[in-house]
Amino acid sequence: MTDDNGARGPALLGMHGISKSFFGVPVLNDVRLECFPGEIHAVMGENGAGKSTLMKILVGVHQPDAGRIELDGTPVRFHHPRQALAAGVSIVHQELNLLPDRTVAENIFLGREPRRRFTVDRTAMDRAATRLLATLRADDLISPRALVGRLPVAQQQLVEIARALSYAPRLLVLDEPTAALSPHEVDTLFERIRRLRADGLTVLYISHRLKEIFDLTDRITVLKDGRRVATVRTSEVDTRALVHLMVGRELDHYYPPRAAPERIGPVRLALRGAGAGPLHDIDLDLRAGEITGLAGLAGSGRTELARLLFGATRMTSGSVELDGRVRRLRSVRHAIRSGVGLLTEDRKTEGLVLQLSVRDNSLLAVRALGRRAVRRVGLGDLLDRVGLRGSTAREVRYLSGGNQQKVVLARWLATGARVLIFDEPTRGVDVGAKASIHELMRELADAGTAILMISSELPEVIGMADRIVVLREGTVAGELPAGASEAEIMLLATGEPDRRAAAVGATGAGGAA
Amino acid sequence: MTATVAPPPGPAAERAGARARRLLRAVPPIWLVLAVVIVLIAWRNPTFVEPGPFLAFLRRCAPLAVLAAGQVFVIIAGEFDLSVGALVTAVVVVAARLSDGDPAATWWLIPLLLAAGAGVGLVNGLVTTRLRVPSFIATLGMLLVLNGAVFLWSGGAPRGSLADNFRQFGRFGIELPGLGQLPYAVLILVAVGVGLWLLLSHSRFGHQVYAAGGNPRAAALSGVDVRRVRTVAFVISGLAAVVAGILLGGFTGVTAEAGVGYEFQAIAAVVLGGAVLGGGRGSVGAALAGALTLQSVFTLLNLLGLAKSLRDAVQGLIIIGAAAYAAHRLRRSG
Amino acid sequence: MTASTTARRPARVGLPLDTAAASSAPVWLVFGGVFAVAWLLVELNGGQFMTVENLQNMAVRSVALGLVAVGQTIVLIGGSLDLSVAYMVSVTAVGASFVMQGDPDRMALGVAVTLVLGVVVGLVNGLIVTGLRVNAFIATLGTSLVMSGILNALFTNFTGAVPRQFQGLGYQALGPVPVAVLLLLAVVALAWYLLRRTRFGYHLYAVGGSAEAARLSGVRTDRVVVTAHVLCSLTAVLTGLFLVSRLRSGAPWVGPDGGYDLESIAAAVVGGTALAGGRGSVAGTLAGVLILAVIDQVFNEFEVNAFLKTLIRGVIIVGAVALYAARSRRSEGSF
Repeated sequence: MTDDNGARGPALLGMHGISKSFFGVPVLNDVRLECFPGEIHAVMGENGAGKSTLMKILVGVHQPDAGRIELDGTPVRFHHPRQALAAGVSIVHQELNLLPDRTVAENIFLGREPRRRFTVDRTAMDRAATRLLATLRADDLISPRALVGRLPVAQQQLVEIARALSYAPRLLVLDEPTAALSPHEVDTLFERIRRLRADGLTVLYISHRLKEIFDLTDRITVLKDGRRVATVRTSEVDTRALVHLMVGRELDHYYPPRAAPERIGPVRLALRGAGAGPLHDIDLDLRAGEITGLAGLAGSGRTELARLLFGATRMTSGSVELDGRVRRLRSVRHAIRSGVGLLTEDRKTEGLVLQLSVRDNSLLAVRALGRRAVRRVGLGDLLDRVGLRGSTAREVRYLSGGNQQKVVLARWLATGARVLIFDEPTRGVDVGAKASIHELMRELADAGTAILMISSELPEVIGMADRIVVLREGTVAGELPAGASEAEIMLLATGEPDRRAAAVGATGAGGAA
Repeated sequence: MTATVAPPPGPAAERAGARARRLLRAVPPIWLVLAVVIVLIAWRNPTFVEPGPFLAFLRRCAPLAVLAAGQVFVIIAGEFDLSVGALVTAVVVVAARLSDGDPAATWWLIPLLLAAGAGVGLVNGLVTTRLRVPSFIATLGMLLVLNGAVFLWSGGAPRGSLADNFRQFGRFGIELPGLGQLPYAVLILVAVGVGLWLLLSHSRFGHQVYAAGGNPRAAALSGVDVRRVRTVAFVISGLAAVVAGILLGGFTGVTAEAGVGYEFQAIAAVVLGGAVLGGGRGSVGAALAGALTLQSVFTLLNLLGLAKSLRDAVQGLIIIGAAAYAAHRLRRSG
Repeated sequence: MTASTTARRPARVGLPLDTAAASSAPVWLVFGGVFAVAWLLVELNGGQFMTVENLQNMAVRSVALGLVAVGQTIVLIGGSLDLSVAYMVSVTAVGASFVMQGDPDRMALGVAVTLVLGVVVGLVNGLIVTGLRVNAFIATLGTSLVMSGILNALFTNFTGAVPRQFQGLGYQALGPVPVAVLLLLAVVALAWYLLRRTRFGYHLYAVGGSAEAARLSGVRTDRVVVTAHVLCSLTAVLTGLFLVSRLRSGAPWVGPDGGYDLESIAAAVVGGTALAGGRGSVAGTLAGVLILAVIDQVFNEFEVNAFLKTLIRGVIIVGAVALYAARSRRSEGSF
């Protein structure tokens, strides 16, 4: 397959030779990206491929270490998001950046409130906000005077997009805008994006979801491990080719072999009819020696289930059995004492105390448990087991994502946890570390630990899990054996037979076979 | 920066130099500042570093140093304690009123005061963690309540007096041949300092204090009972305030102004020691050094003949400078 | 603390209850309740509450704290705080009476000098907080100590005097309304206008709510915070001028003795302003100040011991904030 260099007139945006490192870890390496007027251009790649960093460089949040950016052929350099906005480049970041205590109009026009003499002209501001929302066909949905904090997430997202549009941009960057949306909301969002393109807007669409990319975009630039792999026309590739570009190797290469059936032991943890918040009627068995994959769309209750198992949210119905005995997981401390460990999705805000050392972070949980627990533990032995070398006195904020994850893992090895919940274990981790974390998970399982792995990356679920449980709308939609296809998982996760998803899954599984 | 890179081999001298630099960096800069100030004082007044005067200086430092060593727990845990000054005053006034100079009372008075101090800390902690009142407001309220209650009870002005055996802790000491008097206050300061240092830097609880202040969410998800840890930090601060009150009562006698301004001085000393308001950083040793530095700067200003009131101004500049330096260092290290 | 929150919630998980639009209504309701109870108690006790004299008394007592509390509210909304206002009050009181020396011709000069001092102190506070990134607590504690040191070194007692004309600010009334109360109302109205109707106000709420969100929207956050500090120092200057007009002469201890630093923060917080920033209103603060004044008046009527008053004040402040916290937790749970 050849690169599509899109020889059709001048590019609106050209990024050439962009490189960037954080703390000595290269994130982007000589990346090129060209975008033509009026197209929807996808930037895709796995988690950690460098998509978000590239976009942050484009809009002036980060400065590139090397490379140049051109708009309409003229070189530009943005040192502040303000300058990018003035040049006609708007972005909707992955994390919403809204003020919940302020109104929709106040959020949209923050920093550029229309004035009449010294007074902010609220009437004009509200009217302008309504006009912007109207271009998104959301003016009857959202009042400009509503407090943002009271809107549902999908509508907050529209407010963010309206704010980006208020700068009258020529290029709009959408960074994973669908992560928190339901399938129906995604469809309406796409409808709105297409309408914006019809009005002449150029859109850069960041995602790692194949279905969305095929539904929406004209061309695709694929990133892998911080490098550009290829730029292709969407109409000229099929999913199999695209997966190949993204992954760049056969899937089964870097997943350790699955558990032999005879190594799978008794049930360690069993949920019966469990419910809390959005979750209801969940039955789940986790067995010693087995890695159970947990899949489901965003909002299906994956993270909530992890927190429930970990005692972080109180169960309102049903029961938990640990090693055959009914236990009530009253609190996190209680869960830890009962031998459960959780590796949170977001290491920086929930997993690590960044300014503490490797040693203090590794021993955090066991120290919270009690004096006797601490005596059992040898730190050196622990770090050997997770394969982390170097001084134990380093502050963990200087570690790479993979090594940070190893520190969190060491913490649960120290408590002797026999049920481990991994919530997105390899998010933001480079490929090498990813493989070693996967191997560690398998070793732990072989040593008799029951593992629940939550992942939004289906290849990871398929590659790692001995059994796959799919959640939908807060409850278990079904269970699949090892090696199920992406199509089967998507079918259960969405609850509707979706041909496109089926097609995607078939190639994904084909690659793995 | 990464785990796997081994240090490049180099000449032995270079390695030794690097080691010395590392060692120097491991010493909190406040100790160097303290050393410089003491050298300056000794240069103006050589007798200062003789055992007698120096021990007297340490005795003067003891109340503030003890307060700072308690306050540092609260600040590392991510909170404030503004009530310690009022608690110091309360200790002095209550002790005088209850004992009224009766030496026999001292032995039940001290445990009683310590229990009361722990109680004040407990209330501070519970109001902060359970009722979710910001500690700034919670301990400000405690300050008002203590000031009001103590004087309401004592009828507006401190009455009674302190027994000699109560005052001895702040006033007297053990006669050492050749060295003069080793004040009890210095012994107590050393004991409290070592005890709290062990607790903060070498106990499970101490590690949890750092975690609770550094990232409360991560700490809670690792099984740290953040609310309990913070509450205990307030109790430690309360206990330290009682000890400081006993020392100060012995040193200055009964006044209604015994503890005035001490809450801010204690926080200033802790900040001077490199702790960051907001939590997660600091140490008992550096807080003690901060307190000693503050006192020694006052001594130096005295020697230089500066008006007493100007000390406040200098203190203000010092803590702004220290906090700015800490902020600068944090930003530079990412 | 560990409740499940999804990653895409807004940067700061705020309280979806009364905000910008109508945040002060509940505080005024509480004020109405406190006022009614006070009235009832005093009348039952055989006293008279609704006399012109009483009301004037309460109003005038509210002025000193009210002025500076308005400024404190502004810095608090911006996510900062100012502990130096107490000594700013002293510097103003002493500075004004020292410059005026009882001479009516020097009145304007005295006012001008103190206003300039206010701007300077506010600038210094703001620049230390934004430029040197020093925690506002430490920064303003530091400037407060610097001011106290210089002031106490220069003056030890009442110094100079303000002319009789200037005392009109503290003692004269237009009809039944004291001039000082008009000054307070004017300052409240001006602050309300600034916060609710100007870009500065909009940006101030944004900076206090989420400095990062504001910065990404192109708001010059540092400039906003510095401006807030200048405005706060200026309200402290007004309090100082009012006090010296009542006292006739200024002394270094008038500010700290009034406890304006911590009391102004307490009044703002009782009025619904968040210590963490981003939420609050001057109307709420005014209600907070009045609540404290009414309670004071009742205590006077019943000749309650001054120390008991301090004690109860502490309980009220903590209790009010605890109530806010409980309310926000409830609504968070239902969100």
